[in-house]
Amino acid sequence: MAYDVDDAQGIWIYCEQEKGKIHPVSYEILNKGRELAEALDTELVALYLTPKGEDADELVYRGADKVYVLESDIFDSPDEIPFKENIVHMVKEGKPEILLMGATNFGRSLAPRVAAALETGLTADCTGLKIKAGEFVQIRPAFTGNILAHISTDRCPKMSTVRYKEFEESERDETREGEIISKEPLHRVEKGPKILEEISEDKVKIQEADIVVAGGRGLQESNDLEMLEKVCAEIGGKLGASRPLVDEGWIDKEHQVGYSGNRVKPRLYIACGISGAPQHLAGMKESEKIIAINSDPSAPIFEHADYGIVGDIYEVIPELIEKLKEIKNL
Amino acid sequence: MEIIVPLKEVPDIEKVRFDREKGRIDRSSAESGPNPFDLNALEEAVRMKEEVGGKVTVVSMGPERAEKTLRDALARGADEAVLLTDKGFSGSDTWATSYTLAMAIKKIGDYDLIFCGEKTVDGDTGQVGPEIAEILDIPHVAYVNEVIERHEEKIVVKNKMWGMTCTRELKPKGLMTVTKDVNEPRLPSLKDKLRAKKAEIVKWDLEELSKYGQGENFGLKGSPTSVVNIEVPKEKGRECLKFQGPDAVEEMLEKLESDMGGI
Repeated sequence: MAYDVDDAQGIWIYCEQEKGKIHPVSYEILNKGRELAEALDTELVALYLTPKGEDADELVYRGADKVYVLESDIFDSPDEIPFKENIVHMVKEGKPEILLMGATNFGRSLAPRVAAALETGLTADCTGLKIKAGEFVQIRPAFTGNILAHISTDRCPKMSTVRYKEFEESERDETREGEIISKEPLHRVEKGPKILEEISEDKVKIQEADIVVAGGRGLQESNDLEMLEKVCAEIGGKLGASRPLVDEGWIDKEHQVGYSGNRVKPRLYIACGISGAPQHLAGMKESEKIIAINSDPSAPIFEHADYGIVGDIYEVIPELIEKLKEIKNL
Repeated sequence: MEIIVPLKEVPDIEKVRFDREKGRIDRSSAESGPNPFDLNALEEAVRMKEEVGGKVTVVSMGPERAEKTLRDALARGADEAVLLTDKGFSGSDTWATSYTLAMAIKKIGDYDLIFCGEKTVDGDTGQVGPEIAEILDIPHVAYVNEVIERHEEKIVVKNKMWGMTCTRELKPKGLMTVTKDVNEPRLPSLKDKLRAKKAEIVKWDLEELSKYGQGENFGLKGSPTSVVNIEVPKEKGRECLKFQGPDAVEEMLEKLESDMGGI
């Protein structure tokens, strides 16, 4: 079912949507895909499976030369099977050389099924993609982020999932032109395990935060998180936490930053009473600027911070709140 | 209820050393044991068995020494253990690994549910669970963080997709992958350890599994992807500008003001 590179053409991006709303990771992959398409001198195609396809031109504005729109109610819920059937059907017809998908929870669940159905390779969670001497090279962290593996795939489509927030979103350009092609989806497909209930949450979306203020073991009790919330309120930040706080039940998992929680890349990360265990660093070390506040001057977090205050968080943070208020009132 | 748990032996990720010069992982530098995420899958399988009855079989692909890890799984409540070991399996990427495990599951034949950990701490891909499901042509639910109901005919679980909490029911035959939040794996008792020590580990090789699948799909030659290079990146430390003492906060805010126009 996989095919040779000689029979393959184009770079396809599977553009993820949630309840009809395009997920920003799609724009990030379109950006990377555009770069790869230029390097290979080929076309960039967006594959858009959605309950409502009227915003497909948005994908052209973001860099696609062509958009295949498959519109159906079956794409209104995160049930992998109907998505898989339709992607596989489209890929067999169009034979792309490369197929990229977002490494969201849904993308990570769907992409392996697509790859296995096509009997091709899939490189998970890529942080880099490039063309080297005409060959597609996929770069991904492994061993809990300790190594970077460069991976090549010997059959097509060459599939990768791409980490959310790894690449910049493509610029939106309304003057860009592209072709929008409506395709009839396969409706009569099998369904996956029945979805009994969907509860949308007022999600914290810490991954999208511009500023994250995070607490760790340095906090003595759950109420002390309020102190950090005050900092958030002053500077428009979102509250984060290291794993022990989540394990203690002080705060919801949505706030967890780290290898087994959320990976964040905000403009500013303020680590309060966090020692900087590798587990935690894996989730925040890519932040643009990092401020660490910790009473232990030898805490590893300082090796990964741009600015540090050595001191007791119970003295430093209240003072910080005061000073921030003063600045605001100036 | 017949439950299968694919399980991988991995090095202790906290201790394993990486050769920066040669771009190699020194697997001998750390002890090996069961992949932590797989223990959550095993725990869930044992709970299912305890509630509705049945049997738990663990399956692992690896070298002979992975027997130790399988004995550990037996001590934690698995009833049977199968080790897939053959030189012909080495060099498998995620697809070939999934294929090999799927063929072993086909050989076992009689099963209802398959529980997997969400990923391994070494490969870190999280792909093997859903790939096994696709190869076996059964449905799956990924990233299960809570099990709500266990019945003979179905299991009701929760996961997070699209920013929602979804409740789904998985019926035999089906597969789920679980996160670390799903449960707290139990520790084996001394009695169970002794029992596991004497237990028989079934071993299957390439020839055995080739009866169920195509020989060219196993191992290195069955793998569509290959690692062309390994980089051991230097920890990108930062130059930290430290402030201390009574004026620390003020000094830092001033510095932030001049460096980046304030917070």
